[in-house]
Formats: sequence, structure tokens, C-alpha cells
Amino acid sequence: MRKTFVNPRPYLAMLLLGLLTLAGTSRVAAAEDKEMVDVKEVVLGHMSDAYDWHITTWGGHHISIPLPVIVRSQKDGAWHMFSSARFGHHSDEVYEGFYIDPNRQGKVYEQGFDERPWDLSITKDVVQIWINILILLAVFLGCARWYKKRKPQDGAPGGFVGMMEVLVLAINDDVIKASIGEKHYRRYAPYLLTVFFFLLVTNLMGLVPIFPGGANVTGNITITFLFATITFLFINVFGNREYWKEIFWPDVPVWMKCPAPIMPVIELFGIFTKPFALMVRLFANMLAGHAIILSLTCIIFITFQVNALVGTSLSAVSFVMILFMDLLELLVAFIQAYVFTMLSAVFIGMSLPEHHK
Amino acid sequence: MQNMPSILTPDFGLLFWMLLAFLVVLFVLAKFAFPAITSAVEERKKFIDESLKNAREANEKLAGIEAQSAALLKEAREQQAQILKEAKQTGDNIIAEARAKAQAEGAKDLAAAKKQIAVEKENALREIRNQVAELSLQIAEKVVRANLGEDKEQQAYIERLLAGEGTQS
Repeated sequence: MRKTFVNPRPYLAMLLLGLLTLAGTSRVAAAEDKEMVDVKEVVLGHMSDAYDWHITTWGGHHISIPLPVIVRSQKDGAWHMFSSARFGHHSDEVYEGFYIDPNRQGKVYEQGFDERPWDLSITKDVVQIWINILILLAVFLGCARWYKKRKPQDGAPGGFVGMMEVLVLAINDDVIKASIGEKHYRRYAPYLLTVFFFLLVTNLMGLVPIFPGGANVTGNITITFLFATITFLFINVFGNREYWKEIFWPDVPVWMKCPAPIMPVIELFGIFTKPFALMVRLFANMLAGHAIILSLTCIIFITFQVNALVGTSLSAVSFVMILFMDLLELLVAFIQAYVFTMLSAVFIGMSLPEHHK
Repeated sequence: MQNMPSILTPDFGLLFWMLLAFLVVLFVLAKFAFPAITSAVEERKKFIDESLKNAREANEKLAGIEAQSAALLKEAREQQAQILKEAKQTGDNIIAEARAKAQAEGAKDLAAAKKQIAVEKENALREIRNQVAELSLQIAEKVVRANLGEDKEQQAYIERLLAGEGTQS
């Protein structure tokens, strides 16, 4: 018989080893070419989306992967597509009338126009998203292939497929089915499973310091806004009559809902606060983790500006703390993906109340 | 808005690509990956349940078969004992019968021998009687002849004859 319980430790250890060996190589690189370290700029710069994928700075030269810029000109409505390398080595050149404005979030603007042009550039975050999706597809299609080639009597999978099976079942059975209920959960399971694994992979990839990882995707409000919106739609589009009745005519004393609709207003407000909380929770948690790790990394450079002795001693402290934060973030990466999925499932479950009375 | 860090302000381009990417991954995973995994696990669960049920049934059947075989064995033993008993009885009967038959035969033989003996004896007696008669006749003849001579002498003669005849024969 094959063992059905999979020990996740080897995988975690591998992941950790990868993180540790890579830590500190690229995060610090951007700070090297300046005399004084601007912590705010370094931290925000590393967490922000960008038109190129900065790898490192070597001897004053930025080494980065240029990415395609796709913008629609407001002059003639034509779409322009060109490499971000056209903006020059320091991203301060103008190409086809477009330029990067460092004072306005470092986004592409068109000369002569104050408004942002339509901008569908393949940015760093977009590339990171597609890398994560390729990982997801490789992992799950690989797992699905394993099952397709076998019959139930061939036993349970071991190793990596077994680990993924345990994870998928834990989310599917203990989170989605438990929160939404046996009757309806099948409609939502694919969405929630996809959200969980996308967030998990994205959170984990965000911890990898260099290229194919490191972009702060889940710590960008655009991403969490999108997922919160989809969950919002799932809650309110498929919510049943009982759900809407509980919003507009809740089971409270009449004076609380008529003539002044106190409770309905509160309930209506609640429709929006739930996904808003989802959006902010994930965003803030991931952002904070990245910010702390980056700030701790900056300590090394700030203290070396004082003198070598202080720098060395505090670097050791900083290293230990970065190590601790990386481990903590590993945990947070899972917890936040889990919490987002679980709360989405709970909110969806609340939109399908059974008629009770 | 523009003074805030870019991560705090939603960006349309990123939103667009994220949505597109998410729809692609959702479509592929929801169609090919998650159902394959969950249905495989469901099937395996069904298979395990069925196997357990089958095993239980087989165990029950086995227990039944064991009881049956024990009963069968017991019955066979009883039958064996009975057969042995019957065989013994039959043997005894045969022996007894043989003995009786032998006895009867013996008795019959004995009777025949006795009869034979009786016949022989009869024959011997008859012969003796004949001889006695013949002797008597001879004696009588001689007596009759001597009687014709003298009384005393006659008597002595008869006695002499008888003795003589007795030794003679």
C-alpha cells in the first residue's frame, strides 16, 4: 500500500533554502548607487508596479528586463506598442510622445495631455501574474494527468501530487463545502479553489527576491480589488430571496425598519463593507510583510553609512530579523490566501440562507 | 490620488490583465484540473467504501463457510462413528451367524456321524445276531444231534459247544 499522508516538510525546507540563498541579493541592489539611502523610495519602489523588471544594479548600471508598453494615443486614438527600453537607460527619455512621469507614480503619460492615456502595458506585475499562472497550470494539469492515467483502485498519490490532493481537499471540503453547504457549494468551488491557489502561489512568489518572483502583486490594491469585486458579484448575483429579505426587511422590531429604515441601511452598508474588508485585509497584510522585510534590509545600508563596526553588528541583527520575517511571511502567505478564501466562502454561504422558521 | 503610492491606486491596465489572466486560469483549472482531482478522490472514496463493504461481506461469508464446514465435519464424524458402529455390528452379526452356521453344520455332521454309527452299530448287531442265530442254529443242531445220544452227555456237550463256539467265534 502507498502512504497517503504527505510530509510537507521537505517542500517547505526547499522553499526556505531558496529564499535564504537569494535573500539580500537584489533587494539591496537599488540602494547601492546612491550616497544616502532613501528608505521610502527603496521600499515603495520595490513594491510598486513598473514598466521594466529591475534585476540588479552593477557598477551604476541598471540591469533590468524591458517589458512591452502598450498605450493608446489621445491624439489620434492609435495604439502604440514598444519596449520600455525606449524610455532610455534612466527611463527619462520621450518616445513617440510618451514619457514616464516620476512625479506621478512613475506612470506613462503623453506629451501635451494631462490625462493618463489608455495603458495596457505588460508591466512587471502582469508578467509576474502570468508566471504564477503558468506555475498553477503546470502544477494542476500535472496533477490532473496523474489522476487521468489511473483508476481509483490504483491507490492514492504520494509525493507532490499527494500534497496537492491534501491541499485541494482541505480547501474544497473543510472550507468551501463547510461554509457554503452541501447543496450549493459545487457552483462556487472552482472559483474559490482557483482564488486560493492563485493567491497562495502569488503570495509565495512575492517572497522570492529575484526574477521569476519578487513582484508585489497581492500587495497591490488593484489585484485585491478585483478579487473582492468578483466575490461581491458572486454573493449578490446568486444570493437568494431570503438573503435580500434579511437586508431590506430583517427580523427586527418594526420601528427599526419603518418609517426610518435604520436596519436596512446598515445591512445595505454591510453588503459593501464585507468585500471591502476582504480587499483591504489581503492588501494590507501582504504590503506590510513586504515593507517590513525591505525596511529591515535597508537597515544594513543605513547602518553601514554610520561606520563599519555599527554596520556589521546591526547587520547581523537585521539578518536574523529578516530571516524571522521571511519565515513569518511564509506563514502569512498561506494564512492570507486561506482567510480570503474562507471569508469569501462564508459570505457566499451567508447569501444562501435556508428559510428558517 | 497621484501623490499616493501607486500600489494604493487601482490601475486599469493591471486590472484588465489580471482579469484576463484570472479568467484563463479559472477556465482551465475549473474545466481540467479541479474536477479531475475531486472526482478522482470521490471515486476512490466510493471504491474504498465498496471494498470495505465487500470485505465485510466476504468475512461474513467466510465465517458462515467456517461454521458450515465445522458442522459438516461434525456430521461427518458422527456418520463415521455410526458407520464404524454399524460395521462392528455387521461384523459381529457375521461372526455370530458364521458361528451358528458352523454349529449347525457341526451338529448336522455329528448327527450324520451318529446316524452312520447307529447304522454301523445296527449292522454290526445284525451281523452279530445273525451269527448268534447261526451259532444257535448250529448249536441247536448239534444239541439236537447229541440229544439223540445221552442226557448228561448232551448237557455237557452243549456247554462245551457253547464255550467252544464262544472262543471259536
